[in-house]
Amino acid sequence: MSTQVPEKTESETETETETERTETPGDRRRAEKRARQKGTTEAQETTETDEESIHLKVFRYDPEIEGKMEPRFDDFHVPFTKGMTVLDALMLARDRFDTTLTFRHSCRQAICGSDALFINGTQRLGCKTQISDLEEPVRVEPLPHAEVVKDLVVDMEHFYDQMHAVEPYFQTNEAPSDELQEQHQSRENREKIKMSTRCIWCGACMSSCNIAAGDNEYLGPAALNKAFRFAMDKREGEDMREHRFEILDQEHGVWRCQTQFSCTNVCPKDIPLTEHIQELKRSAVKNNLKFW
Amino acid sequence: MYEHDVIVVGAGGAGLRAAIAAHEEGADVALVTKLHPVRSHTGAAEGGINAAIRDGDSWEDHAYDTMKGSDYLGDAPAIETLCQDSPKETIQLEHWGMAFSREDDGSVSQRPFGGLSFPRTTYAGAETGHHLLHTMYEQVVKRGIQVYDEWYVTRLAVTNQDDPAERDCHGVIAYDIKSGKIEGFTAKNGVILTTGGLGQVFDHTTNAVANTGDGAAMAYRAGVPLEDMEFIQFHPTTLPSTGVLISEGVRGEGGILYNSEGERFMFEHGYANNEGELASRDVVARAELTEVNNGRGINDEYVHLDMRHLGEERIIDRLENILHLAEDFEGVNALEEPMPVKPGQHYAMGGIETDENGETCISGLYAAGECACVSVHGANRLGGNALPELIVFGARAGRHAAGKDLGTPEITTGKTEDTEIGELDTPVEPGAVGTPEDAVADGGTTMAQPSQTVETALEAERARVERLLERDEGVQQAELRAKLQKSMTANVNVFRNEEGLKQALRDIREVREEYENVYVNDPSRTFNTDLIHTIEMRNLIDLAEAITLGALVRDEFRGAHWRQENQERRDDVWLKHTLLSWEDGTPELWFKPTILEGEDGEYEPKIRSY
Repeated sequence: MSTQVPEKTESETETETETERTETPGDRRRAEKRARQKGTTEAQETTETDEESIHLKVFRYDPEIEGKMEPRFDDFHVPFTKGMTVLDALMLARDRFDTTLTFRHSCRQAICGSDALFINGTQRLGCKTQISDLEEPVRVEPLPHAEVVKDLVVDMEHFYDQMHAVEPYFQTNEAPSDELQEQHQSRENREKIKMSTRCIWCGACMSSCNIAAGDNEYLGPAALNKAFRFAMDKREGEDMREHRFEILDQEHGVWRCQTQFSCTNVCPKDIPLTEHIQELKRSAVKNNLKFW
Repeated sequence: MYEHDVIVVGAGGAGLRAAIAAHEEGADVALVTKLHPVRSHTGAAEGGINAAIRDGDSWEDHAYDTMKGSDYLGDAPAIETLCQDSPKETIQLEHWGMAFSREDDGSVSQRPFGGLSFPRTTYAGAETGHHLLHTMYEQVVKRGIQVYDEWYVTRLAVTNQDDPAERDCHGVIAYDIKSGKIEGFTAKNGVILTTGGLGQVFDHTTNAVANTGDGAAMAYRAGVPLEDMEFIQFHPTTLPSTGVLISEGVRGEGGILYNSEGERFMFEHGYANNEGELASRDVVARAELTEVNNGRGINDEYVHLDMRHLGEERIIDRLENILHLAEDFEGVNALEEPMPVKPGQHYAMGGIETDENGETCISGLYAAGECACVSVHGANRLGGNALPELIVFGARAGRHAAGKDLGTPEITTGKTEDTEIGELDTPVEPGAVGTPEDAVADGGTTMAQPSQTVETALEAERARVERLLERDEGVQQAELRAKLQKSMTANVNVFRNEEGLKQALRDIREVREEYENVYVNDPSRTFNTDLIHTIEMRNLIDLAEAITLGALVRDEFRGAHWRQENQERRDDVWLKHTLLSWEDGTPELWFKPTILEGEDGEYEPKIRSY
């Protein structure tokens, strides 16, 4: 019943994300904000431009409704307001023009990870992508390399399966038996795993990964990052570390990564995924020379 | 038909903890959630977990602070349980590997928070909830606990005796969002509601879009009273354009609030001469709005929260997430400029009436976390007390539902011989307007067989969804939702008065009547979010009404509930909880006294000064 998103070329992801930026989107927004606060004349001009509309091209598909089974793009023109995000625009389009438009979203503050989308050719969270940072028309598609359930909703089962495959839970024989006694961890060790613990399971990295696209069994960047989080946590102990490397040091484990950095480029939480995977490779080599 | 011993509805902090606890007691437990567990709103909690784990601190001090913070509307047995259990529950998370921030000696860090006499807020950066949620979900995966994700529970299967105290809950009815199937779930031991907040009743909220109070509304319609619904917490520091939360941790670490004249108004205008920015949340929220109303706000809307002086190193170490939020959602570099902040709806202190074991007056029906009201927060929740509430009462509900004996609770539920019935003076007839949707409530059978109760509820739910999908003209939920949220924010906000509350009731009544003609535009069975939002909308109406009725009835000023006409706390009349019961759709009001008697004597109500 499901279908792959059509016409997706893998190189799109690469080129978009490697674009050199002299000023960050944040710099630009702040400059606009300052200009806005300077005087009333400018403020009025801003108000006028606020009434502009934004042009969205949104991917549509429904497996059971006649006329929607053939994937297509719908155009929406929604009123633009300063600070509007892609998620805001989608919600407006849905609530005002077409309530059948379907997408996942919840926290709208970049922590629930449910609205990762393919926006102008890059994996991003809809809620933390400012419309003002994008070129029009803004093209919104479901995450590539996943089955489309309906419109912008993709099946996440495979992603969850890969996450679960690395035993994504703390395991130690060294926890204190006293229920009130802490198991100490050095600040340094906490710092080491800090970035890896920030993963929100949005799936952007997995969707951007060419290797994962071609090898369904590859654990992929998110799961490997999760494995890094535990493998580098010294509280787990040496035995468990060895066990973890047995899982990673396999044909579809760390060695599949080809250091393309696409995962790192798209991660909305700035996790250095590629770096983490390389460090796991180094550790695997040190543990037990074995190349796949 | 699915069957488990314990069914947990919702998979945020309280739900995950309940499921783990029930599993540890040997129960076959399932989590049913309309999101996926890691998408739950507990992940957005930032500040931390209050737990007396250090020398020089004690659970008694934590309990005292919480009683005072609650403005003496919290129940002592619940508060003492919270403070006694929190240390072991917090260390339990640590043993499960949670990435707490650490001190130089490797022990977990704690920091000061508003209204606390000791820096007992245990934290993981400014993203404590994210770590707590993921750590517990990891434990659920480890234990192989069954998760039905993206299954939306829309109805409880409860028997239909006249007296709610004689009713039994035998399961739930859930809608598989992906396929559109509606199925019954039988719970042999019990159903635990852990569905979280109801922030979507308001239009400026820190809450997720999914926080529509489903559990509270379903329990209410099944006959469980809602307790203290008027007490809605407005967090003093949310970003003006989106409602995104800026953690109290910023003020805990030394962040300062300024008005448009550059004054540190908490001190300079005498709102809290001792604690300043670290006074409790209700005090700070009112102070900010008073500044704005007196013309000292910025752009007539907000004030500034400044943390630049803390230094980049400390900010990165303890509040890094705040930098990202300010940048992404307000376009402000908080290392270089102050952040704009204003109060926003944040937390429902009231909810489903439960005892310390999480049980409601309906046998086999439990609730824990934000959707519940065991009454640990009373009239005002202290920052850092929500996360311990989730894990402490989540665990207790899970154990009790799985059959463990937790002793006789001191808090009573449901009506008793001493129940004082109240009177409602409302400008409109609230409650039901006599539709099929209302008539069936959420129960519907007196049958002895659990499976028959579930079957009956299943048929009723299938019929309701069928009706919503078949109708092809009328009004759509988005329009109604916007109307309701706007009225609630205008009339039932930080500052309240009788006229405004009555206006809100009129608006709610209008929305309720219009909801009779609501229709779902999307005919698809596949991932029909239009249908989901329409079912949620019904829950928002019932909860908005309960909040507003409570606020109208309570003619005093206590904690987060400020009334223009009544500027004093009236302990002679109001040291009691408001309760609303669903009597065939017409809310009935009654009261029960606050329990001030603790293990070591009675908590003496004092003036709250900070």
